Amino acid sequence: MTQYVLRRLLIAIPSLLGISVILFTVLALAPGDPFEELATNPAVPPDVRAALRASLGLDDPVHVRYFNWLFAMLRGDWGYSFVSRIDVDDLILQRLPTTLIVIGSSQILALMIALPVGVYAATRPYSIFDQIANTLAFIGFSLPTFFTGILFILFFSIYLDWLPFVYRSDIPGSGLPWFWEHVKQSIMPIAVLGLFQGAAWTRFVRSAVLDVIRLDYVTTARAKGLAERVITIKHVMRNALIPVVTLVALSMPAVFGGAIVTEQIFRVPGIGSLLITAILANDTPVIMAVTFVVSILVILFNLLADVLYGWLDPRISYR
Amino acid sequence: MTEGMTAERDTGAAATARRLLEIANLKVHFRTDDGWVRAVDGVSLGVDRGETLGVVGESGCGKTVTAMTVLKLIAMPPGKIVDGTIHWQGRDIVPLTPAEMRSIRSKEIGIVFQEPMTSLNPVYTVGEQIAETLRLHEGLGKRAAMDRAAEMLKLVHIPNPSRRVNDYPHQFSGGMRQRVMIAMALSCSPKLLIADEPTTALDVTIQAQILEIMVEMKERLGMAVMLITHAMGVVAETAQRVVVMYAGKVAEEAPVGELFANPRHPYTQGLIRSIPRIDTAATHKVRLEAIPGSVPSLLDPPKGCRFAARCRFVMPECLDAQPPLREVSPGHKVACIL
Repeated sequence: MTQYVLRRLLIAIPSLLGISVILFTVLALAPGDPFEELATNPAVPPDVRAALRASLGLDDPVHVRYFNWLFAMLRGDWGYSFVSRIDVDDLILQRLPTTLIVIGSSQILALMIALPVGVYAATRPYSIFDQIANTLAFIGFSLPTFFTGILFILFFSIYLDWLPFVYRSDIPGSGLPWFWEHVKQSIMPIAVLGLFQGAAWTRFVRSAVLDVIRLDYVTTARAKGLAERVITIKHVMRNALIPVVTLVALSMPAVFGGAIVTEQIFRVPGIGSLLITAILANDTPVIMAVTFVVSILVILFNLLADVLYGWLDPRISYR
Repeated sequence: MTEGMTAERDTGAAATARRLLEIANLKVHFRTDDGWVRAVDGVSLGVDRGETLGVVGESGCGKTVTAMTVLKLIAMPPGKIVDGTIHWQGRDIVPLTPAEMRSIRSKEIGIVFQEPMTSLNPVYTVGEQIAETLRLHEGLGKRAAMDRAAEMLKLVHIPNPSRRVNDYPHQFSGGMRQRVMIAMALSCSPKLLIADEPTTALDVTIQAQILEIMVEMKERLGMAVMLITHAMGVVAETAQRVVVMYAGKVAEEAPVGELFANPRHPYTQGLIRSIPRIDTAATHKVRLEAIPGSVPSLLDPPKGCRFAARCRFVMPECLDAQPPLREVSPGHKVACIL
């Protein structure tokens, strides 16, 4: 098991290298230049500009620049943001916890909706509960987050004036009131992301449970004299969760993508909004670092899914 | 006079005590988009203590539904017990609550299914799955239940039981899984084992082993067996009495020797003629006989005898009314006017 995880982590290294090569090449080919501003500034003489470019290595060929970046990364030097004028790793460490808390809570919320609702609906197919759950789930995952987000802001912030619509990471104070302010400003982004994901997963959990519930071994469990509740939890859910784990892990990249949009709507200062600002400002080191961090997170979630998968299904062995 | 009546009452009481399971006029129908399918339509049969009853018939004749209904394992809806009684040790189980049914399942009546490959939960060890039953009905602790599970595996001749008890179903072959299923069904020493085509999905060599184990376990535990099959050969080897079912009804019921020696129903005669015979095959080059035609639709079954359309002796009165089950000799009943 430990060996398996270690080996998987080692396999992740070539994937990350491959990802970084592609990212770097795409960014190098992309139009735009962090020195555009200097180029149009008449106060900077052309020879000074050229000297600056040369000293930063911007005129080197792509592969030379890539290896410079790679060796710097290996030394722990993530680069320097042209725009914010601070180290990239500091910038990311500032932003990442916010994103992880918002995304993490929203995914937990999504699972807390999808698992009980999906399982309950599947054990009573075509009942009133199932039909209502299905309809709501259909509506929920048909509405994009940028639409529900704005709807939430209109209703809860502007009309009812219950929740703030701008997320602030620098709320003054401490203790319970400070914590409460954080909770209040997190409710809407977490709810928007979580409800959307929960709606999609509810439908998936329902169909996964329906697939398992008609299998022979469920009849075997019933023939043993077990209570329905025990059958559902012990024999049905454990098996139905196997495909759900795959889906949850596979939807992680999409979740990060969706979080970028949601972070923009609610002005959440996470890495999503950092990425958007960096792209708009041609801040290459930041773009590179943020996309790289997201890649690492996605790979980690896939590894977590594989470990969970093996724990749920004994037919899969860690080899 | 008085003496005679007492004696009669005594034999009656003895017969009731001997009867473990008594199904009377059972009707189980299923609702479909096209209407009600009368899968089981007035079946009566009984199982005595310690005997093996063979229930034979082709696919779709209602034998599995009858068996599943005894434990109320059919999905309701779409299934529905429309009429009839199922007396288990003198008590009608049709009106019982789900909780009361649960205390009968496995504890008093064990069941083995046709498909050993899919009847075990892939995510638990076979030991855990056997122990689950023991912990539920016998109140055993985790350790004691696992020990008993290993003993059960030993009883069904699984080699190396104390190690195999911790293996998962995918580490067993089909025949071995069926042994596990038998061990599981018998773990609480039920009084009746329902075996629903336990050998159909297995290789021929494995089939004989499984039947042998069932006979051996039956003798050891003194239980009764309701063996559902479509193989007449299996019935001939293991059962004491046989019930032949056709299109949701009982066609014939007889002790096994009587049935093979003197089959009265044309359907039973057809079934026996369709058994391949190795002894005559070499000398007489005869084609294996099949029964022409197919089973009538149970959505809208014919008014008369359900076998009439395929029967070689069909008469006009066969088409008018369903012939009732009548006793032609002691213990031999047939639903045919012949």
